Amino acid sequence: MSVPGKGILFSLVERARRRSAWLFHFNAGACNGCDIELITCLTPRYDVEQLGIKLEGSPRQADVLCVSGPVTRATREALETIYGQIPFPKVVVAIGSCPATCNVFAGSPMIEGPLDRIIPVDVYVPGCPPRPHQIIEGVAEAIERLAAYRATPAGGER
Amino acid sequence: MNAWRALFALIVFPGLLYALPMGWFMLGAGRKLVARFQGRIGPPISQPFYDVVKLLAKQPVARVAAENRLLTSLPLLAVGALLGALALLPVFSGETGFVGDLVLLVGLLELPPLCMILAGYASRSIYGEVGATREATLSIASNIPFLAALVAMASAAGSLHLSQIVAATPWLVRIPALLTILLCLPVKLRTNPFSLSNAEQEILSGPLTEFDGRQLALWELVHGLEWVALTGFVATLAVPVRSAHSFLDFLGFVLISLALVLLLNLLAAATARLKLRQATRLLWRWASLLAAVALATALYLRHGGY
Repeated sequence: MSVPGKGILFSLVERARRRSAWLFHFNAGACNGCDIELITCLTPRYDVEQLGIKLEGSPRQADVLCVSGPVTRATREALETIYGQIPFPKVVVAIGSCPATCNVFAGSPMIEGPLDRIIPVDVYVPGCPPRPHQIIEGVAEAIERLAAYRATPAGGER
Repeated sequence: MNAWRALFALIVFPGLLYALPMGWFMLGAGRKLVARFQGRIGPPISQPFYDVVKLLAKQPVARVAAENRLLTSLPLLAVGALLGALALLPVFSGETGFVGDLVLLVGLLELPPLCMILAGYASRSIYGEVGATREATLSIASNIPFLAALVAMASAAGSLHLSQIVAATPWLVRIPALLTILLCLPVKLRTNPFSLSNAEQEILSGPLTEFDGRQLALWELVHGLEWVALTGFVATLAVPVRSAHSFLDFLGFVLISLALVLLLNLLAAATARLKLRQATRLLWRWASLLAAVALATALYLRHGGY
């Protein structure tokens, strides 16, 4: 996996990453609005399992970290731990306006966000809350970044 | 059983070359079926294959306080045990197996749940421990009727040789014994009314919470092989006759296995997860009752009957 080539094995891995993204959902002090919209994506109406996406209980088994909420002081450490527990390749999707800008909570002393001050963010899905379509679009974009991941010979990121 | 035949059973059919794609197919078909029953389109049938490829290409994360070699060897042991169990199944006619192969088969089928319990405790995660505790409690509750049903079949047939048990068990014993085993199947496969040990979301991923990348891919493999081995076991027990053409035997084996997959997934889609107390009570009450009926009939036929 260390050489970014075009071999059959590599294209198979790329295809597998595109078709099997497992989500971990982290609530960093969100009001639950975005969380409800995220869960909606799994219902029969939107059915993201068609794309091989499923909500995974353990961060160690996830590929995509979906964060909602402005990152409060109480959740920051847990967020960092969970981000560290997800094995590479991984992508982060910021769901809603809170992780992007802190939204109405901006300026509060209890808030340590926005999210990109704490962990690297790949895709922002703005909205308060965003519609399920937008979340699916954001996750699909994140999956493209996941599939394009190349391990460098030094073992670093991207 | 000569060595070539044993090697063929282990590597080609019903061993590795058959069981690996079949396990992926059964898992994929299961997810698709549950999705269709719920009114969704669901993932493609090839989904478990892509899941495993993706997991194999993940980079491992260093873990604190857990013995990495142990965590890798447990799923490997489970894979080996399941392949051995598959190789012992008397699918074809003729003199297969040996006297006492039932005991070995049951032992090998019991190893994967044991590995999973150990993995749950060894991963040093509280979710893993809760999952392992539930798995252990359920496996006691399901194994007593399961083993009693097998003992009933063996004593009715008067043999511990699988191919003789399959051929000689009378239907009066075979039907309650098979019903008991069928009731124990969703427990052993951890599907829905009995999905307590891996209780998705409730206790994260149960015993496998701390497993990532390649080790998790091995566990996915174990799940697939468990489906093939347990449905295959029931398929071989259910049909007493073997035809002269091995192709027909093969076809019957595969069709009954797939019918069981359909049945189990229908049950999984139609039910919600039970509590531990409800599940154990159900098993101790009804599965044990069925097993007791099978045992009593077997003893009656042997000593007092015709």
